[in-house]
Parts: sequence; structure tokens; C-alpha cells
Amino acid sequence: MIAYVLSRLLGIECLFMLPAAAISYFQGEGSSVSAFIAAICIMLMAAGLLALFKPRKKAIYAREGFVVVALAWILMSLFGCLPFYISGYIPHFVDAFFEIVSGFTTTGSTILTDVEILPMGLLYWRSFTHWVGGMGVLVFLLAIVPMAKGEGSTIHILKAESPGPVVGKLVPRMHQSAKILYSIYIVMTIVEIILLLLGGMPLFDSVLHSFGTAGTGGFGIKNASLAAYDSYYLQSVITVFMALFGVNFNIFYFLLIKEYSQALHNEELRLYFGIMFASIAAITWNILPTYGGSFRDALHHAAFQVSSVMTTTGYATANFDLWPEFSRLILLLLMFIGASAGSTGGGIKVARLLILIKSAARDIRSLLSPRTVKVAKMDGKVLDDQVIRSVDVYMICYFLIFGFSMLFISVDNFSMTTTISAVASCLNNIGPGLDIVGPVGNFSQFSDFSKLVLTADMLIGRLEIFPILFLFAPSVWRQKQKTAEIAGSYREATSNIDL
Amino acid sequence: MNIVIVGDGKVGAALTQQLSKEGHDITVIDNNAEVLTNSMELYDIMAVQGNGASLTVQKEANVGSSDLVIAATSADEINLLCCILAKKLGAPHTIARVRNPEYAEQLIFLKEELGLSMTINPERTSAREIFRILQFPTFIKRDSFAGGKVEIVELRISDKSKLHGKPLSELYETVKVQVLVCAVERGGEVTIPTGAFVLQAGDKIYVTAATNLLADLIKNLGIIPQKTKSVIIVGGSRIAIYLAIMLLHAGIRVKIVERDRATCLKLADLLPKAQIICGDGSQQTLLHSEGLEEVDAIVTLTNIDEENLIISMYAHHLGVPKAITKVNRLEYVGVFKDMGIDSVISPKSLTANEIVRYVRAMENTTGSSALTLHRIANDQVEALEFLVTGCTRHLGESLAEISLKKGILVACISRPGKLIIPKGSDHFQKGDHIIVVTTADRVIGDINDIFED
Repeated sequence: MIAYVLSRLLGIECLFMLPAAAISYFQGEGSSVSAFIAAICIMLMAAGLLALFKPRKKAIYAREGFVVVALAWILMSLFGCLPFYISGYIPHFVDAFFEIVSGFTTTGSTILTDVEILPMGLLYWRSFTHWVGGMGVLVFLLAIVPMAKGEGSTIHILKAESPGPVVGKLVPRMHQSAKILYSIYIVMTIVEIILLLLGGMPLFDSVLHSFGTAGTGGFGIKNASLAAYDSYYLQSVITVFMALFGVNFNIFYFLLIKEYSQALHNEELRLYFGIMFASIAAITWNILPTYGGSFRDALHHAAFQVSSVMTTTGYATANFDLWPEFSRLILLLLMFIGASAGSTGGGIKVARLLILIKSAARDIRSLLSPRTVKVAKMDGKVLDDQVIRSVDVYMICYFLIFGFSMLFISVDNFSMTTTISAVASCLNNIGPGLDIVGPVGNFSQFSDFSKLVLTADMLIGRLEIFPILFLFAPSVWRQKQKTAEIAGSYREATSNIDL
Repeated sequence: MNIVIVGDGKVGAALTQQLSKEGHDITVIDNNAEVLTNSMELYDIMAVQGNGASLTVQKEANVGSSDLVIAATSADEINLLCCILAKKLGAPHTIARVRNPEYAEQLIFLKEELGLSMTINPERTSAREIFRILQFPTFIKRDSFAGGKVEIVELRISDKSKLHGKPLSELYETVKVQVLVCAVERGGEVTIPTGAFVLQAGDKIYVTAATNLLADLIKNLGIIPQKTKSVIIVGGSRIAIYLAIMLLHAGIRVKIVERDRATCLKLADLLPKAQIICGDGSQQTLLHSEGLEEVDAIVTLTNIDEENLIISMYAHHLGVPKAITKVNRLEYVGVFKDMGIDSVISPKSLTANEIVRYVRAMENTTGSSALTLHRIANDQVEALEFLVTGCTRHLGESLAEISLKKGILVACISRPGKLIIPKGSDHFQKGDHIIVVTTADRVIGDINDIFED
């Protein structure tokens, strides 16, 4: 079954790559056209090979869900980086891999010192990976390929790929839910493209920037990121859309079916915008002197940057690395908090923060009066202990991985700020960090080893730790075999009795 | 269709599985988060946690815009409340499970009053099913159609049977009555046989026959018809009460063995004519002292599957002519097939069948929906009864000219005054009741679905 899903996935990736190849072709970018065609051929072959494995059982249980998602993302990235590598624009394979993982995971960190020399086809592909990576490729697969046959269900795939502590469906049918999510996503992207076009941005640029915003990715096509467009209107449109794509998509669905009160009373939504507005206010006040007292400039840049960092997009209109320490620290903290659960953004997620605060408050209170019985509630529902525990475990793993990654990176001997913010930026899928990896910098100076560590961090961050972690757990592979054996022998036993 | 199922218990889960497989969008409501997670992981459905009879929960589950609400929690009162509320919210159809024998009588006008489309009582349905098997204990199972005029009966062919080694085309010479073998189960595989099919000992065959010919069928097969005169029921559950009433009414002696003293007293009050034994039905000494070897049949109805299976197997070992076993988890029944566990009753699957038939009828627009639906051969084959109406295609054409879809067999045509086991020269006409047998992996919702074109 895993091979079946993976082969379908590569097929889809080929389809995704076609428009990029077409753009290259029509722009007459010879080397990248052949690179795309070569990549597509290799992928088709791999998909064909995988399709040879006939699924023995069609069920997807929790374990299959995790393994499928983790393998899918790694495989997809390995093949996705081929156009960069073959065309020779990124001659080093580790670099190409870093770049494409940064794309799919909607991180937006780059190792390119000069983006503008890339041909349009490759630029398109780079930004498109943001768009499809934001909502999840496997969710896309679920929307168009009917898979739920037999026992076990595709919900495990959704659970493993979608961010957030609790994942639910919008409507009873999985593929229907996936379709709704993608419809909302596509419509919002198109609206943004139109608004950007109205502001005078060229079509190609608006499409690519909308992809980057929608997936909360942050690959720009200019070295100076969004600062290259000196238009308040364009930058403001992107500010608003970044903030919107950082909202849980369930909220949009509730608005769509006119459940306004359910949407507006969502605690995560309130906290999300609360943190956002508070940060904007604080930073505006802090950077007012930097912008010579121009309140309008300060507010504009503060809003853009907060929206960009909190939703883990990573576009920049200003070099916030030069801002005062207070503002830089707020931005660094926002990197960790991240966007809402069920959005395209990364980070720890506001929902998790909310659960942590609530359960901590409850536990502290119970220390004071041990006999008090109190339940933590969110959106009027009791928080299950299971959920709280899973958030706790998530946080522990998160910080362990964070710590070890920093340790590995520090071998490169950059400043403390660089090391911390580089890992924070990758693990939270943001893009730029501070210092060397700041908004005008890039990741090209790191060693190969560090780049691989950061690549792994990006995948871990996007898939929320567990799928990738399980891939390294021997028990996932061993027990699988064992259960298959047991199931096999049981089947034999029962068939004997039938005779 | 959007279907909301309240209560994710045995019946709820069976319904979820079947209805989800048939392509409906299912939302399940239950108090218990654990069972919901389990269902969510097994089937492609949505789950809402909470009390199904509360307004907020029903709103969250979108009951108002659903097409059907099925309330199958363990409490009758909650089920009724659920349905009243759902009706108020705008659900056009509601089905409630009401199983307390004390409510059985008032159900008829309650149904009108509460706007219920249907009430289901798994216990009474099961009891009726058991009773029908006990009428003709030779058959493992009986399913009736066309208002009881036609039956599909299940028979096991023993190595001494006259049918052993006979091809189906020579069936009439042996049994001397018009019958049709519509399905054969051999080694777990179910086939819809043709005339060349040769029967073997060990096969389970499913025979369509007129109800009034069943006695002749048994006689001509050389089986001495046994009549059930006394029955031991182990376990004083609700099914036992319904069953005992039916059996006593038919003049059959009933002994009920029940462990719990309070339940025994209640049974004694409800069933003065039955003999109530207070004791552990799984104890051999007790069963012997109550004359297990002399009875004609034993029915095991305790709440524990394992206990039922063991007792039935023991009774079979002692040579009790008929043992009927109630089993909740059907998955494992196949393993016990040759150990006296032939007649198995599963309340949840009986109920699920009933509701599935209702749902299919709801979907049907031409009004020629299935009147009866029975699943036979471990649920691998469906037998459906349809009424032929003016909308039915191919009226009057001979069956030889009509091409039916693969794996479909017309087992019987019931026409006022006569019963036809169809041959190529027969035809459908308006007002006929026809019985169609199909391998169950496709959904036949309308009579016109059986035709190839």
C-alpha cells in the first residue's frame, strides 16, 4: 500500500512539474527544459517501479500513515530537486536538496546568493513547491484519488501531514474534506493574484508571490525580497494575505457555511490575532526612531514583518536585522509560536501554546489546593488528557531536536545569534533568521553537514516531528514484519479450518 | 445521503460499516471518545462527541441538514428523545431503536405521535428469527419473502444425503418439488451455481422454495422431520422473553436457565407458563439435571459469546438435535462451523439489514425498491424481493431474451395464485413479486438495476 501511494504521488509530482517545463520551453530556456524533461522521465520510471509492488493489504493504519507521509516527503524532495541539479544552476546536490526541501516545507530559506539569475521555469517550480507543500501533497492526493477501500482509513495520512494537535475532518468523507480544503486554498490564492495584478505587479511575479504567501513559504524572486516592490499597496496586500493563510482553514469553512459565531468565538483565532496585534504595536513603538519618527512607515514595516514571521512566511520589506534588540527578540519569539493549527504555516502553533498555558494554569492551581477538580477547556469543550499529553510530548521532542540541531550547527563556528536563529528558522519553516542568515543573507555559507541537519529540521518542522522520528525507530519496521507474519499464519490457520 | 448515527455500540458500528461502504456520508455521535476514535480510524466518517439527545451536539453534527437520523444508543428513552429533537431540527427521516418489552405495545401509536419513520427492536427480530428456525429445525436458517409465501432455506449436505454427488440439473428427480438452489457455500467460497454444478457432502446450499412445500422437501430428501416440543433457553435476556412468549404460544415447553436471581423472579412474573431455573447455564451438571439430553433444541442467549459457543458445542456433542447460538461478533463464527455451530443469530446484523433495506428504499425514486432484504451465506450473498411495477423494464419479455448483470439470479417469481421457479421461457409481469439473488459486492437498489442494459 505504501508503494502504491508513493507511486501515485510521484505521478502527481510529474503533473505539477509540467507547467514549469512549459514555462521554460516558451521562454526558450534550453538547459532547464531538458532538465525538467529528464527529471520527469526519472520520476515516471521510479513511479513505474513502485507500481510494480502490488498492494498486499489496502488498509492504512496509524503506522502506515506516518511512514507513508515521511517517505513521501523525502522521496518527493529527492526527485523535486533534480531540475535544479541537472540544469546546473545549483551544481551541488546537497544545496539543491536543501533548496527544494525548503520549498516543499514552506520554509523559504535559500542557499542562493543571487536568485535573479535563475530562469523563469525554475523560479516557478521553486515557488510552486511552496504552494503545494503548504496544504500538503498527500492531502491533494486524497482529494483526487479515491483510496479508502477496506478497513483502516486515510485519516491517518491527514493526521500525519496536517499541522496541529487535533486534526478533524470537515465533512464525513475524507476526499470531500480534502476537496473543500483545496477549494478554499485555490480561491484565496486566485484572489490574491488578482489583487496583486491590480497593484501593477507583473503576472509572473504576482503568481509566484501568491504561491509563496499561500503556502506561507517565502521564496522571493528578487534578492531584496518584497522590498524590491516599492509599493505600499502591494506590500499591504501581502501582509493581509499572509495573516489570512496563517488562520486555521476550518474557520474559513465555518464562515463559508455561515456558522459565524463558531468561527468568531474560536479561542485560537482570538489569541492568534491578539498576539499579532500586540507584537505589531510593540515593534511599531520600538522602531519609530529608526524610521525617523514616521509612524506610517514604522507601522507598515512592523505589520509586514510580524505577519511574515508569525505565519512563518519569511518575506521581508526591510532588513529587520538592523532593528533594535527588543524588536528582534519579539520576532525571534514569534518564530517559535508560529501560525494556527490547520493552516499552512509552521512553528509550534498557537493552539499548542493555548493548550500548554491552560493545562499549566490548571496544574498550578491544583498544586495550591490539591483537592480541587478542574478541567481545562478550549472552545467550550473539555480538553482531553490525551491531547494535553501529546502536546507535552511534542514540546519535549521539539526542544530536544532544537538543542541537538544547534549543537551540530555550532561546529561551523558562527555567532550564537546565527546558530540559534538558523535552527529556529528552519525548524519552524520560516526562512530568514538573524545575523548571517538574516533577511538579506542566506544559508550558503554553512557546511554540507549543517545544511543536511537543517534540511532534516525543515522536514521535521513541517511534518510536526513524529513521522520523521518514527522513520528512525526500528520498531516501526520490525513489528510490521512480525504482524504481517502473524496475520499470514492466522489466515492459513483459518483457511485450513474452512476446508 | 447524509446519515447521522447516534450511539456507536454494536448496532451503531455495524450500521456505520455497512452504510459507509454503500457510499453514504456518515456522522456518528457518541459519548465515548475512545470508540469514536476507533470508528474514525476504521471508516471514512465524521465523529462528534457528546450526548446525542442534546441540541448543541445535534447542531454540531448538522442533524438539520441530514437525510436520516438513526438513534441506536443503549437507552430507549434517549433514542426517542434524539428522534424528536432531530425531527424538530428538520431531519426528514428518523429511526429509533426501542427494545424494552414494556414499550413494545405502545410503540404503534408512539410511532405516529413522535413522527418516527421506523422503530427497530433487535431483540424481537432475533426472537422471531429463532422461532422460525425452531419451526423447521432441519434448516440451518430460514429467510422469508413475499409475505411468507416463499422462503430461502439453508441446508447442509451430509455424506448420506441423497443430494451428494448430484448435479443441480437432476435436482427435480430427487426432491420431486419445484425448488431452486440459488447459492452454494463450499469451503468459505460462495457461488451462484449453474445446472452443471455438482453437489458434494459438506456443501451448504441455499434453496428457494414455496413455504407450503418445505415439509415435502424434507420428506423427499429422506430426512425424518423432527418437531420441536421442548426447548432450553440459556440466559434470560430480552430475546429470551420475546422468544419464550412465541414458543409458549405455539405450545412448546420452555425452560429458561438464568444466573441472576432478580432476573429470574422477573421472568417468572412475566412468563408464568415457562419453567425458570436459577443457576449457571454453563455448568454441565446443571444442564444434565435439567434434562439437556432429552430436549429437542437449545438456544444460548447469554451476553457472552464464548459461553454461548461453548454451551452449544457441548449440546451438539451430546446429540441435542438443534442448537441455536446468539453471537455478537460474527467474524469468528466461521472457525466453529463444524462443531455444531450452524444456526447463528446475530441481533446486530439482523438490525443492520433491516435499516440498510430502509435506506436503500429511501434512495429509490421509482418506488420499486426492495421490499425485503436478507443476507445469506455469511453476508456474502444478498437476496432481495422486488415488486414489478409499470416502470420495470423488459415487461413481458421472456427471461432467455433479457440479459442480466453478472452474478445475478432470479430465484423466484411470485404471482397471485401461483409461484414460479423461473425458467428461460418465463417472463415478468406487473404485480409480480420477484426474488433476486446477488453476490453482495454491488448495491442493487432498484429492480431495474438487475438488467445489463
